[in-house]
Amino acid sequence: MLEIIVFLPLIAALAIALGAPARFTALSASAFALVLSLVLAIQFDLTKEGGFQFESARPLLDIGGFPDLSLSFGIDGISLVLLLLATIVMLSAVWVAPGEKQIKGSSKLYYLSLLLIGGGAIGAFCSTDLFFLYAFHELALIPTFLMIGIFGHGENRVKTAWTITIYLGVGSLILLVGLIMALVGVGADTFNIEEIIALAKSPETAIAAGEQKWIFGILLVGFGILVSLFPFHSWAAPAYSDAPEPVAMLHAGVLKKFGLYGLIRIAMPMLPAGMEALTNVLLVLLLGNIIYLGLVTIAQKKLDRMLGYSSVMHMGYVFLGIAAANHLGVSGAVLLMFAHGISIALLFALCGWVRENYGTVDFEKLGGIASHVPKLGLLFGFAAFASAGLPGFANFAAEVAIFFGAFKGAEDGIGWIQWATIIALWGVVISAVYMLRAYRSIFLGECSKTLSAPADMTWAARLPILLLLVALLVVGFVPEILNQFIRPAVEGLFLVKAG
Amino acid sequence: MPVYFLEIIVVALGLLILMVDAFVKLEDKRTLAWVGMLGLVVVFALLFRVQWPESTEGAFWQFYSANDNLALFFKGIAILCTLGVMIMSYDFSGVVVDQTADPEPGAHPQAGLGEFFALPLFACAGLMWMASANNLVSIFVSLETVTICFYVMVAYLRRNVGSLEAGVKYLILGALSTGFLVYGFAWLYGVTGSMDLAEISAALAKPDVNQAAALFAFALILVALTFKVGGAPFHFWIPDVYQGAPTPITAFLSIGSKAAGFIVLLRLVSPFLASGELVGKVTLAIAIIAGLTLLIGNLSAIPQKNFKRLLAYSSISHAGFLLMALACTPRSSDASGALSKPVTVIAFYLGAYLLMTILAFLVMTVVRRKIADETFDAYTGLAKRAPFLSAAMLIAMASLAGIPLTVGFWGKLFVFKLAVEQQQWVLLAIGLIGAGAGFYYYLKIAASMYLGTPDPKKQVIDDTPIPIGNVARIAMILLMVGIIVAGVNPSLILGLLD
Repeated sequence: MLEIIVFLPLIAALAIALGAPARFTALSASAFALVLSLVLAIQFDLTKEGGFQFESARPLLDIGGFPDLSLSFGIDGISLVLLLLATIVMLSAVWVAPGEKQIKGSSKLYYLSLLLIGGGAIGAFCSTDLFFLYAFHELALIPTFLMIGIFGHGENRVKTAWTITIYLGVGSLILLVGLIMALVGVGADTFNIEEIIALAKSPETAIAAGEQKWIFGILLVGFGILVSLFPFHSWAAPAYSDAPEPVAMLHAGVLKKFGLYGLIRIAMPMLPAGMEALTNVLLVLLLGNIIYLGLVTIAQKKLDRMLGYSSVMHMGYVFLGIAAANHLGVSGAVLLMFAHGISIALLFALCGWVRENYGTVDFEKLGGIASHVPKLGLLFGFAAFASAGLPGFANFAAEVAIFFGAFKGAEDGIGWIQWATIIALWGVVISAVYMLRAYRSIFLGECSKTLSAPADMTWAARLPILLLLVALLVVGFVPEILNQFIRPAVEGLFLVKAG
Repeated sequence: MPVYFLEIIVVALGLLILMVDAFVKLEDKRTLAWVGMLGLVVVFALLFRVQWPESTEGAFWQFYSANDNLALFFKGIAILCTLGVMIMSYDFSGVVVDQTADPEPGAHPQAGLGEFFALPLFACAGLMWMASANNLVSIFVSLETVTICFYVMVAYLRRNVGSLEAGVKYLILGALSTGFLVYGFAWLYGVTGSMDLAEISAALAKPDVNQAAALFAFALILVALTFKVGGAPFHFWIPDVYQGAPTPITAFLSIGSKAAGFIVLLRLVSPFLASGELVGKVTLAIAIIAGLTLLIGNLSAIPQKNFKRLLAYSSISHAGFLLMALACTPRSSDASGALSKPVTVIAFYLGAYLLMTILAFLVMTVVRRKIADETFDAYTGLAKRAPFLSAAMLIAMASLAGIPLTVGFWGKLFVFKLAVEQQQWVLLAIGLIGAGAGFYYYLKIAASMYLGTPDPKKQVIDDTPIPIGNVARIAMILLMVGIIVAGVNPSLILGLLD
């Protein structure tokens, strides 16, 4: 069934290329993928400690001298949560995408690209083969380039499309070298992730600590570029603000999580000594994300830019959870990946509605619109609170876990990571400031006379938004829903480390 | 069927086309291309039914290697490449006729087209022989068979100044490089006392070999072959010749000629790499050339505006990656074992390069027939006008850039892996820079197809669809599927080499 979920978006994309009705095919494929991934979540065996489930493998390459390759899929709790994130956001992104007639240009290309971006993320999260993990992620590269370049907003969209493509392309190349170095380092002749990690854990084949530092550094730069870790963040905010909103939802919400997933799935278990050596560097960089980029976010004057920077800023928390390198921190990081993905998708979807109906997302031009679109105002309020980490939303549960995780060990004296946590806490204030400011300048105050008053959001427009909001609230009130999957998987990561 | 029948059939096919052209009155000379294409398909099928000789006694096998899977693989590349060239030539024949035929009264309107279909076959036979050549004499003769065919083909458009200029440049520089090669052979014979590669290898492995003389021979041979495969600093002819030559011949040069250059390079370099005394200096020289080629090819490709010139620099850059693989030969006592992996990687890379480059050139030929422009302007806004052609070109470019799930990615992955294993960090860094630049210049064509809007000042706005012949369309679909399927499962190509 996992294979069906992975290939569904790709087959739908092929069908669209061959002439199937674009919106209908895309929507039904993503709805079906979501239903199937919920079924997987129900069937998931919680009693198993770590390890992949629903595994399937099709051996492809088995020739001496070359690493064994197999088209293999499987999910553990971490990938299941990310799979749910990907399918939820994909459905909602396809749903809020404009109708076939409203798209300027080829609607086929539009929906096909959306499916490839979403399908690439799903494939990456479900692959248990290192090659396919990497390759599925790259599947999104060219569709993103075309989507931003053709259907994006603003004068600079072609330049933005180039920036993100070259940046991410080079990032993936650096990542590739890091992965090859890790592969060669443990002497693996396979791409199978479990076997590679087993090799990395066994004392005979483990990589020497001095070498681990280098490899981890390269991987951190590679994955860091993909996640927009400070100072490799400059592609992200312009790309998200110039991209069509469904692409921004998928990219900021789902695809960007790939880099974090890769760190947790590959770099952490394979290179523990390398990670330990570079934790302090990572702490400095992630504070750059939280504090410096947080302040940059406050200074933004347009909603789309602000959301772009805010999504970059929030990555700092996830990195903090990873840097903590204990159960609580990493579980919190995974949960925040889910929560942030949903909430940023929610915000971008609403931003798209504002742009479509008011023709602008400029704070100065908007103002007081809550009087004509109260439903939008309410939904945006929820989304803003979620993003700022108010209790009741999944983001809160995740951030609390990260902070507690990172502060652990304070009884032995306050070290680098505890200081970093203390500073990072101020990020919560920063995000409250910019979210509330955005809410005030768009929805409250004097309504500008020049703005026309559109009809409020219809049910059709609200449904995809509500889908995201419900997911956030449910997980926010009962984080155990996802934590029950995440906990054994994270323990699995550390279990193998001990043995 | 004995293996050398393959070459004989291809030569016979070429002669047949010449004879039919001379003695049969054809309404449409493009029928000849059909003969060639069908014949090549048959030869390709026969490739899988080859029988190796039981005994390799006799004079013939001193010039022709037996039990050689690698040679078969390269013969396959030569045949498929020629097939692709024939398909392109079929579409391109209108341009050939325009720029060759004399408008004399009474002459056949397509006079001069027949040889355009026969020459690639003769070149193909030469390429196939070159894949099996195991003796300095047969290497030289087969190489010259190919090169002389190319001299004619490059300058074929005799009313086109660009083509003539390309022909002269190629002739002069080609002759010069041949001179280097022969001189190198002479020194090599002087050092080792043999023309046979196996004997040369044995002679070079001896500790009392005259190192200075052997290295001098190596340097001369390396210069000549670097010229043939388009490596820096002997790459200057490539952009001009590629731009001027008829498009199908450019494709032939960039794939067939390069693949053949590499198999000869592999055969000639392996004795040196097998020699414990020389291997360090030899790999260093190759590494320097590889690094230079990668830098020059990739960085010069960035500002190009003419598509053929861009592909010319791209072919230089791919030569750089291939040389990089060769420079990463492990230094082990077991020479044949050490070289086997880089050789497999190089053969795989060339197979991948064949698929993607033929696809790019096919699209280019079809577009060129409708739009008489070879700059990027011809491709501006093409996606609206010709979605199929644009998608095909996009896949070819993605593969050339080395994006995963296309076959081009595996080539780069294997080369990078070799470099990591051999800890060639400088080369690896240069390769990364090259691959990064590749993202930009290959996507540039995608950008003009999908993001550009035609500028009325620069070109006539024309929204009529571009007609695609059925053969070309089928070939494009097959190539696209091949690129993606082999991109998911590289054993499709690697399996042939195992």
